[in-house]
Amino acid sequence: MKKLRTFFKGTYLGLMLCFLYAPILVLIVYSFNSSRTMGHWTGFSLSWYAALFHDSMVMEALTVTLTIAVLSAAVATVIGTAAAIGIHSMRRGPRVAVENISQLPIVNPDLVTGISLMMLFAFMNIKGGYVRMLIAHITFNIPYVIFSVMPKLKQSSNALYEAALDLGCTPLTALWRVVLPDIMPGIVSGFILAFTLSLDDFVVSYFTTQGVQNLSIYIYSIARKGINPKINALSTLMFVAVLTLLMVVNLKSIKEEHKAAAQAKKAEARS
Amino acid sequence: MGDKHLIELFDVSKDYEGDAALRHINLYVKDGEFLTLLGPSGCGKTTMLRIIAGFVLPSSGKVLLDGADMARIPPYKRRVNTVFQKYALFPHLNVFDNVAFGLKIKKLPKAEIDSRVRAMLELVNLKGYEKRGVEQLSGGQQQRVAIARALVNEPEVLLLDEPLGALDLQLRKDMQVELKRMQQRLGITFIYVTHDQEEALTMSDTIVVMKEGVIQQIGTPQDVYNEPRNAFVADFIGESNILPGVMEQEYMVSFAGGNFKCVDKGFGERDVEVVVRPEDVDIIPAGRVGENGMTGVVKSVLFMGVHYEIRVDTGDHLWQVHTTDLVDIGERVGLEILPDAIHIMRKPA
Amino acid sequence: MKRTVFAYPYVVWMLIFIFAPMLLIVYYAFTADGAVTLENLRGALDPMYLEVLLRSVWMALRATVACLLLGYPVAYLLSRMKKSAASILSVLFVVPMWMNFLLRTYAWQVLLNANGILNGVLAALGLPQQSFLYTEGAVMLGMVYNFLPFMVLPIHTVLSKMDRSHIEAASDLGANPVQAFFRVTLPLSMPGVISGITMVFIPSITTFAISRLLGGGKFVMYGDLIENQFLLMQDWGSGSALSFILLVLVLISMAVMRRAEGEAGQEGGMLW
Repeated sequence: MKKLRTFFKGTYLGLMLCFLYAPILVLIVYSFNSSRTMGHWTGFSLSWYAALFHDSMVMEALTVTLTIAVLSAAVATVIGTAAAIGIHSMRRGPRVAVENISQLPIVNPDLVTGISLMMLFAFMNIKGGYVRMLIAHITFNIPYVIFSVMPKLKQSSNALYEAALDLGCTPLTALWRVVLPDIMPGIVSGFILAFTLSLDDFVVSYFTTQGVQNLSIYIYSIARKGINPKINALSTLMFVAVLTLLMVVNLKSIKEEHKAAAQAKKAEARS
Repeated sequence: MGDKHLIELFDVSKDYEGDAALRHINLYVKDGEFLTLLGPSGCGKTTMLRIIAGFVLPSSGKVLLDGADMARIPPYKRRVNTVFQKYALFPHLNVFDNVAFGLKIKKLPKAEIDSRVRAMLELVNLKGYEKRGVEQLSGGQQQRVAIARALVNEPEVLLLDEPLGALDLQLRKDMQVELKRMQQRLGITFIYVTHDQEEALTMSDTIVVMKEGVIQQIGTPQDVYNEPRNAFVADFIGESNILPGVMEQEYMVSFAGGNFKCVDKGFGERDVEVVVRPEDVDIIPAGRVGENGMTGVVKSVLFMGVHYEIRVDTGDHLWQVHTTDLVDIGERVGLEILPDAIHIMRKPA
Repeated sequence: MKRTVFAYPYVVWMLIFIFAPMLLIVYYAFTADGAVTLENLRGALDPMYLEVLLRSVWMALRATVACLLLGYPVAYLLSRMKKSAASILSVLFVVPMWMNFLLRTYAWQVLLNANGILNGVLAALGLPQQSFLYTEGAVMLGMVYNFLPFMVLPIHTVLSKMDRSHIEAASDLGANPVQAFFRVTLPLSMPGVISGITMVFIPSITTFAISRLLGGGKFVMYGDLIENQFLLMQDWGSGSALSFILLVLVLISMAVMRRAEGEAGQEGGMLW
């Protein structure tokens, strides 16, 4: 009976995984197809990958995407972390107001964020697709950083800060040497979150850009015209990159967990 | 309290990936008694409790409840209820619904559930709290809800896993009295797990002292305190002076540089361990030291309220003495020990 | 120096780039040529537009329910597995989420294509060719596919952090595994469920990329409408009015979910 239950559980999860991966696998397989169709196999070819690398628009879009992601995440992390520290010390009234407004980019559909920023840029006469996208990305990233850091701030007891002051630090030094390291996990996860959101963004970029394409916009414009195996090649490369990255990160954390557990056992045995 | 063996454990062992949590446990629990599993962290007491509850399956051995083998019976089918260490109250239900949970599962009529829950809440002094959310209650109140929730199902056995650990001292002492009173009034068998020996001594009919998965001694509180079977038990329960000694002959043991009359015999070996309780050591003027005595210098005096905790260095041993007599640090005093206060035990293998 | 000073740069940024744009929407929604008017709003409430709104909401609702029904078991099964297996499986489930959202949508374009592999399989089996693409089903499929991980994640987080002793207590009190699930696990997982619904329902209403790519423009969704007004028609007044209605809808949904979360009896979590 137990074996049957395990079988069902396994099958369900297996089916779900198939559902998730089938489209991607089809993409990958047909990226190596020599012909353009996605119906039948005509032969192995790397021509689409070559075409991809020779497509200057793709390379440009990729650069735009990556640089904006890094820059916007970095800036957002700095401003956001400072903001979190400041908000944490605010009185209840202002704090609630700021927190509520900060929720807007998170809660709003990105469609609304996109068009409202578009109107603002026109209103303020800010030109230049790259700059506009950058500002937009920073804007929607900061709240996520704030809400990643805040819980850590709340957890971090005020006692640490006071202990530092007691031992002779100026408030600024105390902040830098004691509070910041303590909330670092929140800062790091905020940065990663901001980076990811920026990489993947489509709608906000779509509305705020003026001609400059990021990867998502590029894919959208090509996909609208129909199927193009260059995109398949792009997908394959992306998939491999993401898979490797996640595997490495996870394997590292699994290894560290094992090490920590083994050390704990050793310590226990000795006591 | 009847003589029926309500719960029996035969040669129960439990291994976790090479670590033996329990080794060859043989134990029976009498119907209607308050039995305590006592020991330090990691001794296996909680594991044993969870085996009886059904959350853990023994690696070997048998568990019988009322004569029936519990091997294939899951927790939700056993007539046993548990009070968890951190209470495990359902946060999404109020006090009433928490307590009524087990009764609702049994699909009892609404009116009966209502009356039984209310009666139980009154028993634990929480009348009027029915609609409260459990997160708003204090530790002691949550404790009582957890007890009510378990008892309302009228189990044959109530298992309590260090339930008083999170409470402050005064509350803990009050709850100890209340729990004992409840148990005697309801006549339900209680199996209680704790590492606090004072608690065990206060509440139990029977104490099972455990260490590293092995039962060290089973007995009444008086037995375990006055006649500890080995040095571990002697040391764990109450405080003791433990020293190596030699049985010179029947009724005579030598330790700490002197020969003392004692009331034990027939040990066979010569090397033994000697245990003397601090309250059994008398401080007398140095000049009046007799046969069962020695002299030493007072090293420290701590006022404990009920008594003074005094350390006396006789050169061979630093003696712990509990007495109401006050002496000065540095004073030379005599220590006297009556023969029946000297406990001899075998050296551990 | 007070620590609140650290927030000042952000507050300035926030007022300019978060608060002001919202004001602009309200401004353009309720003015035309500088004068206050309700014309835009009236135009936005045109039955034709409302029909699109309703259709979008209805579609979003169905997609959300589908994600919930498919995703909850996944989250549950993952949370019950042993750490090592669960880690690897979690990674596998998360990888697609990290792929670009448009690529994921494009993937279904490929799969459902008239000359695509699905039809190829049907042909091999001797079954008639179907046109999968450019149907409502395709758009729905695209939505579920894209948003499923966002339903699984919060539920899984809540389930894996859940105190096992609650389930043990339920079992101890006589509940068999099924009863324990419905009476204890499910209610306690509600905050995660509500989180998941929030992350799926609202984006589903406003997406236009999925309907464009998989629906071929045949299904005009509310997002398409707004995009049209802004980019094609350059009619900011009308577009803002439509957005305003959308915002009201979003606010109502959030209020409903906050209420539901409050009733679930647990404190609200942060993002996760």
